[in-house]
Amino acid sequence: MELPEKTDSSDNETFPPLISLQRLAISENGFVFDPVSGHNFTVNETGLVILRMLQKDNQLAPLLDNLMCEYDAPRRELERDVVEFAGLLRDYVGE
Amino acid sequence: MNSDDTMAEVQRKPWLKPSITPLRSGFLNKSGAARHMIWRDNIDGVPVKKLLEEFKSPLFVISEQTLRKNSDSIREAFRRRYPDVLFGWSYKTNYLGAVCNVLHQEGDLAEVVSVFEYEKARRLGVPGDCILFNGPNKSREILERAVNEGAHIHIDHLDELYLLEDIARSMERVVDVAIRLNFDTGYTEPWSRFGFSVESGQALDAAWRIASSDNLNLVGLHAHIGTFVMEPLAYKAEVKIMCEFMEEVEKKTGCIIKYIDVGGGFASMNSLQGIYLPPEQVIPSIDQYAEAICDTLLQFTHDRESRDCSRPTLILETGRAVVDDAEVLISSVVANKHLPDGRRAVILDAGVNDLFTAFWYNHDVSPSRQLWGRPEETVLYGPLCMNIDVMRHSVMLPPLNVGDTLIFSPVGAYNNTQWLQFIEYRPNIVLIDEEGEVSLIRAAEDLDVVTQQERLPQHLEKPYPKGVPRNFLESTK
Ligand SMILES: Cc1ncc(COP(=O)(O)O)c(C=O)c1O
Repeated sequence: MELPEKTDSSDNETFPPLISLQRLAISENGFVFDPVSGHNFTVNETGLVILRMLQKDNQLAPLLDNLMCEYDAPRRELERDVVEFAGLLRDYVGE
Repeated sequence: MNSDDTMAEVQRKPWLKPSITPLRSGFLNKSGAARHMIWRDNIDGVPVKKLLEEFKSPLFVISEQTLRKNSDSIREAFRRRYPDVLFGWSYKTNYLGAVCNVLHQEGDLAEVVSVFEYEKARRLGVPGDCILFNGPNKSREILERAVNEGAHIHIDHLDELYLLEDIARSMERVVDVAIRLNFDTGYTEPWSRFGFSVESGQALDAAWRIASSDNLNLVGLHAHIGTFVMEPLAYKAEVKIMCEFMEEVEKKTGCIIKYIDVGGGFASMNSLQGIYLPPEQVIPSIDQYAEAICDTLLQFTHDRESRDCSRPTLILETGRAVVDDAEVLISSVVANKHLPDGRRAVILDAGVNDLFTAFWYNHDVSPSRQLWGRPEETVLYGPLCMNIDVMRHSVMLPPLNVGDTLIFSPVGAYNNTQWLQFIEYRPNIVLIDEEGEVSLIRAAEDLDVVTQQERLPQHLEKPYPKGVPRNFLESTK
């Protein structure tokens, strides 16, 4: 059976749109406010690093590359946790 | 650039799962971001990691030291207050052979309620006359054996009374017996389905019937007012009612009561669901129970000596308060999830099949390493394909990794007896002795153990006698 070419999971669907991410107000200690959805939430240390990276570029692959440089963990594990984080982020951040 | 700087550049930070916590009103305080999470990396000095390497996860671990210490301190609390006290180990609470024999070595009799428990006690080497035989389901066969072996039979109902009398008559014996009483203490829901009601006069009727028998002799009174009884005054009421009944029955029927068995029921340091105060604040100490029981017993029996009859022996059948905190369950994280409502969920390799008491307790949960990160409201699920398989409905935990271990405690009471072989094999149970040696005391189940009792009729020996179903992944065109 011919498998369809695996799509690169770094398509734009994983994370909220760049403009939504860029409007988030993020404090040093992880408090986040979305002025459009009105949601408040907090992120931990790693969440904060990811959000900051995402405000520059919301593609999965480069994000994982960056995280690989900073953190001591296999790419598989980083990807799993980031994808889950992204799922939550979509709920908290409006379009 | 000095060499330290270069080092810092190459060294990568440990990865911590990213997390998001919604800010809801009233949530911040509860989440206590800075709350210190206690962890526990060993049991009685044996590293959790080492235990799991050898015995796999999930794993029940029993501390012999704690078990003996509990047994000793409960015994002492009563001995200090009443001269003649005995304990009967309530088999149903935990009838692992190793647990029973620790408690027998400490001096406990065996308190059994079924053929199985009776046979188990005998096989462990407990003599018949060290057995207290309770329970509403005693067949002629087991009663005959109990009479022959000198067990102390506690009669539950009239049918048992007549059956026992018949057995004693045909053996041409006079059998010493006790009757189980039920009554309202005013504090606990009366367990009125067991034994004879004092208030309605049934208990006195039974005593009369025994007194008029040539083959039975009433020597003991038994009651068990409930389990996890958090009010020591309930025991005061119990002992008072039993003593008053003792006086009445002795006066009216001429019998002499040699022992009063007040059953079990003391609460252990566990959190019942629906009770929001920590157990340290709501669970009475053993001394409080002992005081309630012994003071009342002394008060109501002080004039017996002047009447030239001795004080009755006090028997206790304390179960959970002896064994609960002597056992933990170690379980590992299989997966992390987020529920649609945003709550974090963790799937563990042990569920309510292993930890039956998760249905009514909020067990304490400690990680086996220091966890970093913000504690979040988390649901802990077991591995079963059932919605009811919840180990904790809500517990504040920092992010966990797959393979991390959580320690559930206390789990020593009513789990290794009420657990279910359902979907999964039941795991190993080990005992750590007082020297720190670890012994396997119940091996994990495997396919042979689980299917051992099954029989396949000849026509059902093969799953597909007429050929296997077609491969449904192949197209049918
Ligand atoms: C007759 C009898 N004795 C003793 C016990 C032990 O009770 P616990 O574990 O609450 O002390 C029970 C438990 O139900 C019981 O039915």
